[in-house]
Amino acid sequence: MKSNLASLVVGILFAIGLGISGMTRPEKVFGFLDVFGSWDASLIFVMIGAVIVHFIAFRFIVRRKSPLLSPQWHLPTKKEITFPLIVGAFLFGVGWALAGYCPGPALTSLASLQSRPLIFFVSMIFGMILFRLIDRRLNIKR
Amino acid sequence: MENYYSPLFGGFLIGAAVSLMLYLNGRVTGVSGIIYGATANPIKGDRAWRWYFISGMLAGGFILKMLWPDSFSSSLPTQDWTLVIAGVLVGFGTVLGSGCTSGHGVCGTSRLSPRSMTATLTFIFVGILAVFVFRKLGVFL
Repeated sequence: MKSNLASLVVGILFAIGLGISGMTRPEKVFGFLDVFGSWDASLIFVMIGAVIVHFIAFRFIVRRKSPLLSPQWHLPTKKEITFPLIVGAFLFGVGWALAGYCPGPALTSLASLQSRPLIFFVSMIFGMILFRLIDRRLNIKR
Repeated sequence: MENYYSPLFGGFLIGAAVSLMLYLNGRVTGVSGIIYGATANPIKGDRAWRWYFISGMLAGGFILKMLWPDSFSSSLPTQDWTLVIAGVLVGFGTVLGSGCTSGHGVCGTSRLSPRSMTATLTFIFVGILAVFVFRKLGVFL
């Protein structure tokens, strides 16, 4: 139960961070990706800020035997750079550029009760279900 | 320079949030993966924390809406069909590619994971290229 509440609190902080940083505004995302047009580089600072904090914190946290509220770590172990990884990132990049939303900001923006984030979000779930259906037959090695 | 402060501060907050998730639950905060495991691919015994996280993000969204209503402002004339195609691409692509801006871009990059750094560079460069191409084609108009 404690760990579930921890997830809830992390979700709140994460969403507020996205909002403050400007990630929930699709026009800011376009501005960031529009390097050959009227480039607005400000969103690069979101990643710089987040990576600085987590790069340092990560090193201290993983020295522990286990996380505070779980008996073990749940970290990805895959190392291999695979074809699906590249293709997936490619498709994601195209979709991100089209709408200006990535999954976190889209989820947060549902709270705005506007139609655009909702249309995007429902379509995103549909895309995930589509993957699941294909993966069930092909068992893709990601 | 002033308009760089809020992105940087927001970034610090995001970094603190994902660090808290790692410290308390030992997990990567990858939003696409969390949503996938809560909806399209639910696994028994591994769902509750995902829904708590999703609820937290929605609660955070409502807090943003109350404190800074223009957090969600958009003057873009994006068509509905564009949003549908974009959503399907993002949903399919993030699961196929094992992550999005949070899981690969923030968490994986901070761990210096080769997979995450490759994915992050790929989606950023493809995003830049895509905006350039879509502009030429007039998709945004």
